[in-house]
Amino acid sequence: MRWIKWIKNRFIPSKPESVVGLSWESADFGGAETGSKTVLEVEDLSVSFVQYEKGLQQKQMKVISSLDIAINRGEILAVVGSSGSGKSLLAHAILGILPENASVTGSIKYNGKELTLQRQAMLRGNEIALVPQSVNYLDPLMQVGAQVRTGIKNGDALAVQREVFDRYQLKPEVDRFYPFQLSGGMARRILISTAIVSDAQLVIADEPTPGLDPEVVEETLGYFREMSARGCAVMLITHDIETALKIADKVAVFYAGTTVEVAPIENFSGDGEALRHPYSKALWRALPQNGFMPIPGAQPMPNNLPEGCLFAPRCSMATSECSIKQPKVRKLRDGMVRCGHAT
Amino acid sequence: MINIDALREKRSLGFRLPRFNRRQQTLITILLMIIFLSSVIVGGALLGNERIATNFETKNLSPSLKHPFGTDWLGRDMLTRTLKGITLSMGVGMLAATVSAFIALILGLLAATMGKWADTVVTWLVDLFLSVPHLVALILIAFALGGGMKGVIIGVAFTHWPSLTRVIRAEVLQLRSAEFIQVSKKMGKSRWWIAVKHILPHLIPQFFIGLMLLFPHAVLHEASITFLGFGLSPHQPAIGIILSESMRYLSTGMWWLAFFPGLSLLIMVRAFDILGDHLHMLMDPHHAHN
Amino acid sequence: MRLRKITLFMIKKGTRIATLLVALCLLSFLLISYSPIDPVQAYVGADMMRVGPEQREKIAEHWGINKPPVEQFLRWAGAVFRGDLGTSMIYRRPVIEVIKERFLGSLALMGAAWLFSGMIGFILGITAAMKQGTWVDRAIKWYCLTLASTPTFWVGLLLLIIFAVWLGWFPVGLGVPIGILAQDVTLGSYIKHLILPAFTLSILGVANVALHTRQKLLEVLSSDYVLFARARGEQGFLLLWRHGLRNIALPAITLQFTSFSELFGGAVLAEQVFSYPGLGQTTVQAGLRGDVPLLLGIVIFSALFVFTGNLMADLIYQIIDPRIRQGGAV
Repeated sequence: MRWIKWIKNRFIPSKPESVVGLSWESADFGGAETGSKTVLEVEDLSVSFVQYEKGLQQKQMKVISSLDIAINRGEILAVVGSSGSGKSLLAHAILGILPENASVTGSIKYNGKELTLQRQAMLRGNEIALVPQSVNYLDPLMQVGAQVRTGIKNGDALAVQREVFDRYQLKPEVDRFYPFQLSGGMARRILISTAIVSDAQLVIADEPTPGLDPEVVEETLGYFREMSARGCAVMLITHDIETALKIADKVAVFYAGTTVEVAPIENFSGDGEALRHPYSKALWRALPQNGFMPIPGAQPMPNNLPEGCLFAPRCSMATSECSIKQPKVRKLRDGMVRCGHAT
Repeated sequence: MINIDALREKRSLGFRLPRFNRRQQTLITILLMIIFLSSVIVGGALLGNERIATNFETKNLSPSLKHPFGTDWLGRDMLTRTLKGITLSMGVGMLAATVSAFIALILGLLAATMGKWADTVVTWLVDLFLSVPHLVALILIAFALGGGMKGVIIGVAFTHWPSLTRVIRAEVLQLRSAEFIQVSKKMGKSRWWIAVKHILPHLIPQFFIGLMLLFPHAVLHEASITFLGFGLSPHQPAIGIILSESMRYLSTGMWWLAFFPGLSLLIMVRAFDILGDHLHMLMDPHHAHN
Repeated sequence: MRLRKITLFMIKKGTRIATLLVALCLLSFLLISYSPIDPVQAYVGADMMRVGPEQREKIAEHWGINKPPVEQFLRWAGAVFRGDLGTSMIYRRPVIEVIKERFLGSLALMGAAWLFSGMIGFILGITAAMKQGTWVDRAIKWYCLTLASTPTFWVGLLLLIIFAVWLGWFPVGLGVPIGILAQDVTLGSYIKHLILPAFTLSILGVANVALHTRQKLLEVLSSDYVLFARARGEQGFLLLWRHGLRNIALPAITLQFTSFSELFGGAVLAEQVFSYPGLGQTTVQAGLRGDVPLLLGIVIFSALFVFTGNLMADLIYQIIDPRIRQGGAV
């Protein structure tokens, strides 16, 4: 609850007492098992679906394969990958809201303890919050104030919601707006409010800045910075590497459903020589300011993954052993990489 | 460390895949339905008339091994009458549904390819034909045509096209924005050329599925209108006629006169429905989940 | 502002309905005028042998049958426009009166079936969607699809056999017991005569509403906003209540109002099977006995009935849905 206090001190310092019936200093809600620094640890996670196609085939679609990722308190981890690389499903897997026909293997640990389905059901909306990508994630027939209040489990819901709305410069009448009446910026602030009013220790933002004005993007990123500043772990899922670099501490590069590299932000500079994986380098060099050099080929489809390293078919460094077995993740300098040749 | 997968497995217990996957099941169902339907229809057409000759020695018999559906007040075997009735009803329904589907195809194509004006007219026509309850329209048409098989077929054909027209129109509108059509248009091909060469082939699956799904409605309406006394003449053993006759004998407790013919019609219509549904699933798996 | 929008909407709808009605009148009249049935014979009926050619001429003159079709239509359409649908040949009373009286009888039948099918269908549909993929869902779906392929009148016959003939719980027919004056009929006996036909009539509606509700709820349950609600810890019945019902109630109500057409058609069959004296049975009589004014009157009336349902569905959307109410979108 420290962070709420932090908001209070920072944004409503003049109020002698909180109008809210919630005691800020109330006991920890289990989330802050403060000893462990790592909030979320995903190991060897795979998600697959059964799909039917024209013809007679029933196909296994592996949308996430042996994925590893970790995130610490107060840290912003950007998960960057092109569309169709399974990023959103990672968020859904952590929250335990994958569709029924998905099968999951591997382990997800939250605060050092395995996230079981029961624990996921208990934690989502409380300690783990999702910030979705668009206004479509709000009930079109429910007033937004009421939707934000859903997440407030204790205290005077209305007062808490008003406080957060005030802070985000959302006027009182916005409470009674329906989602279709919101502007892009307002929608963004309301979606973030839903995470703020919960007791989130881990915020997963799924493409929070698509198609927004540059100012709104800046504003939105500011909110995430605030969250991390008060100790929240933020996972920012995006396809936009430039946005990610503005805010993140670490960047995990996603390719065809797995992480190929986790690198500190400083590595994304110059020619990309500090980067570990050939795909990250290629991604970096494909940016307009870095030479605009696209790599040939396309990301493989989830129902047609190559046998060995997923990137091998497009990789200039690939050798024959790359196409036999998928390389394991290994620590390299102060990051991680999934490539046998990286140095 | 608890394995998430193990938990998932537990949750999905009792949901194990059967020996055939869904696609194979679909194909098997389609085959079974075709065999069943065609054998009943062909069987009904081939049956002789000797078992439905008047025979007062066997009148009013309840169902037995010799007469599984019983006999009526004239001693006619109800199984034979039902089979013949089914064949007739199916034939009439099929003909009417086919005409109706063709009307839908032509109007849908017209609406979507011949510009805004044609579209307005067709949409208005659809609204017009949907504004009167089917059965009332059928009675009106059957009356105007003086009853008989002609009245039923024309009536059913002219009342059942609107919904399929809407489907086809939407499909064509979607197709028209497709890239290959846009390219064709840029190349200066005429509207009709594009419609016939590019759009029509894509509509054929839609057309057949639509026809299949239209068919049960057509048969049921045929039976209804005949039951009400507007359709086929009492000498023709249509299911509607048989059921309407059975009404006179209800209070005598001869339940088999109504029970078996109606049940047979229900099974046939349902079989066609299943056939249409599964064909839909086979050709268009993404839109036919439910 | 809002009132003006609704008024504008009503005017637009009204114009469309008016054009459709005019076309419908023209089309129906055209159809009838090509009928091979001799209207004079239909009017006179069994007395035909005793009617001489002069009398025939007089009757034709009286009905305007000897005039050219265009003139006949204009005469008829003009009268219809003034609210005069002519005189029924069978009942020898103004068509309007016959329709009004008979429709009141049908209204009770249709209303009961309408409410019943709406409620049962809605509950079945929700149950199926919530249990998607289980045997409950499959059973409900199978049941509904089977109902949809069932000839309504056959179910009526079966119900008659079981409940009226075998068990003797209900009368075999007629809206009121024979031999009792209309004013002496008690509400209890009226309801007793209503149950079987109303149940028969509701069958098709139940199937439609249940399948539609199931489909809509599945759509809602797979929507982004329900996913997000689940991500926020909402689940089970509360989730269904807060987001599910909120989003399927409106389409379900709308569907109920747009089902007036099938309701009317079903009533024709149900009334025929149970000899229930309503507008449906009158339609059959008018058709079988060639009562042209009555048949045309019923065609127009049934269209008005269907339009009323559609209009109500549209209006409910205009008034309730916030996206239309406050936005002006859609």
